[in-house]
Amino acid sequence: MSNTYARITRDGLWNNNIVFSQTLGLCPTMAVTGTATNGLGMGLATTAVLVASNMIISSIRHTVSDEVRIPVYIVIIATLVTLVDVSINAWAHDLYKVLGLYIALIVANCAVLGRAEAFAAKNPILPSGMDGLMMGLGFTFALTTIGAVREILGTGTLFSGAHLLLGPAFSFMEMKLIPGYRGFLLMILPPGGFLAVGFLIAAKRVIDRRRASPAEEVQVAAPAAGCH
Amino acid sequence: MNLEQLRGKLYYQGALLGGVALITTAALALADRATSADIAAAQEKDMMQSITQVLPGQYDNNLLKDTLQLDGPNGEVTVYRARRAGRVEAVVFKVSGFGYAGPIDCMMGIDRNGHVTGVRVIKHKETPGLGDKIDPAKSHWIYEFDGKYLGDPPADKWAVKKDGGVFDQFAGATITPRGVVKAVKGGLEFFDKYRAQLFDEADGHVIDAADKTHDARFPLSNFPPHAGERANESLRESKITGGRP
Repeated sequence: MSNTYARITRDGLWNNNIVFSQTLGLCPTMAVTGTATNGLGMGLATTAVLVASNMIISSIRHTVSDEVRIPVYIVIIATLVTLVDVSINAWAHDLYKVLGLYIALIVANCAVLGRAEAFAAKNPILPSGMDGLMMGLGFTFALTTIGAVREILGTGTLFSGAHLLLGPAFSFMEMKLIPGYRGFLLMILPPGGFLAVGFLIAAKRVIDRRRASPAEEVQVAAPAAGCH
Repeated sequence: MNLEQLRGKLYYQGALLGGVALITTAALALADRATSADIAAAQEKDMMQSITQVLPGQYDNNLLKDTLQLDGPNGEVTVYRARRAGRVEAVVFKVSGFGYAGPIDCMMGIDRNGHVTGVRVIKHKETPGLGDKIDPAKSHWIYEFDGKYLGDPPADKWAVKKDGGVFDQFAGATITPRGVVKAVKGGLEFFDKYRAQLFDEADGHVIDAADKTHDARFPLSNFPPHAGERANESLRESKITGGRP
């Protein structure tokens, strides 16, 4: 059993990473990764939705007919996202001013539906929750890395605005890495997102190839058709 | 019949979809009830914060409750009025300009003498690093407006330097500051046009006695003074349209 959880953890964080391996959820990825802080916030909000949606969908997996499962999943995910959206707006309004734009974008992240379909619909509640957590953390890791690359190259800072997201205690994270940096606008604009994602995916493949023994090929999951 | 067989039946699937829709709708309705008051309060606080930024100083009324609806250049404008001892000392309202990447919304405050007390951009989509210098977090440009009025600089100098005016533009971005300058100038012209209504007076006389009774009866209500007039107008309109076949 612990073997299963170890596999889920490895899959979610690295082997089957939502962005770097499945290349899913690219719409929110490109939209928010102008800074590492925004990537981190979006990743954590998505993780919360992933855990909840995976557990709920796993708990009703015997009741739902195959024929109508997609609309049922979509309605559940959309409801969860809306619940997260209104609760953060009402009870953590300062956080909402930072994340508000992005939370609604979680609906557009087909990785959530993808995990419901690929894992939660076939597995018990606890492993499903674990899968949601690990996939979410892997997504958070990917978004924070992309955000960090774009932020360092684009503005010469790292984690700017972290105190807005995590509270004033975390203002130590805000770093100005390159003093007097004039900025590199391309990296902040959308093309910079594509460049950063492309190079990072390539880097992951290089690392995987080096680690894999020549005999076994690295498995790369095919992305779902029509999804982005 | 067990669940396995039931799942294939059309009526079961229909009922399932209906049930899920019902449960999720109920959850959303409950969440809306639980949060709407808090969200409204938080938004009011945000509004108050942006008002205080463009209108420094102490005022003794609740600006959010003392509003006027007037016809501005781009539709209706909500004007918040700040009073001291009952007298309107300054007004705050929203103006919009067009930047490089869409509308730029600003809050601006103007005091009794027509001087700008402050301007802040509250929403924009300008290019990061070029046009976003209108944001006080990025540069001090927006403070250039403080204390200015129509006359200093003269109306034809209310433009960026490139257009022969007095306000700085940014290197590589002229359209953005041009849009903001134009919006602020439009705000001042709007203020001039409605000055009497904004301050409840015309040549020192009270314009509309009915306004005063409203104010006296509902000192904190956000009754626009011309609400009655507008209601009559719409009544007239409905009568006219009602007369048509």
